Amino acid sequence: MVPLSYYLVLSAILFACGVTGFLIKRNVITIFMSIELMLNGVNLSFVAFAAKWHALSGQVFVFFVMVVAAAEAAVGLAIIIAIYRARETLNVDQMNLLKL
Amino acid sequence: MSIHLVLFLFFGAVAVAGAINLLAQSHPINSALSLIAVMAALAGEFLLLGAEFVAAIQVIVYAGAIMVLFVFVIMLLNAGVEERTKGSRVAIMFGIPGMLMGSVLVAWAVLHSYGQDEVVAGALEGAPRDIATLLFREFLLPFEVTSILILIAIMGAVVLASKPQAVQKRKEH
Repeated sequence: MVPLSYYLVLSAILFACGVTGFLIKRNVITIFMSIELMLNGVNLSFVAFAAKWHALSGQVFVFFVMVVAAAEAAVGLAIIIAIYRARETLNVDQMNLLKL
Repeated sequence: MSIHLVLFLFFGAVAVAGAINLLAQSHPINSALSLIAVMAALAGEFLLLGAEFVAAIQVIVYAGAIMVLFVFVIMLLNAGVEERTKGSRVAIMFGIPGMLMGSVLVAWAVLHSYGQDEVVAGALEGAPRDIATLLFREFLLPFEVTSILILIAIMGAVVLASKPQAVQKRKEH
């Protein structure tokens, strides 16, 4: 027997860690990983609410979040590779121009 | 203290430690490995909530496929230790207190509004059979739309990651 709020607090902590990583990290790949951490935090609250209200659709939504995360990771990492080819850096501070 | 609570606290501690380690490490490969630890711990939490199918695809898709893609790109681009700049120091100064404030605020609000509502271990059957019934009946249209999304994502990734002619020509000069 674990209170629902414990799961929600854990999910909030993971989401906050993801937001912080997004803000303080300077490597574009680590920033991308912080986004995955935020998605994981949200998934945990989806599953916790699904268990609380006996609604399986919460778990189906987690499935869709994972599908979108996989598509996002594939496209995002391809963009990172393209940026690295053009600029030879992964530091977001040096990626401030659209033009080469 | 019930065994359910003990397991919850164990997996939760692993997940939070991994998330903080992700922030503390300066090399992206270390961050990626700690993110894998977070995902494995979250799979344990999903099992505690009775979501067997979600726990399985968490390990297979997230910790397996997506993180392998990340590690592969880190190694492909030979990413090194990230450098500290003036901007990143300012971000740390505001980001860490902001995170603490945000999580304390959310924790306070959640504990107030949900109080002692309890989740029973394994109260809900999250077996693949039940998920599939839902997925192929009520959620059939979104499911089919995600297949198109994945197709577009594959084509986009191939187009973006293939060597563009312009960059190649510029390097030759």
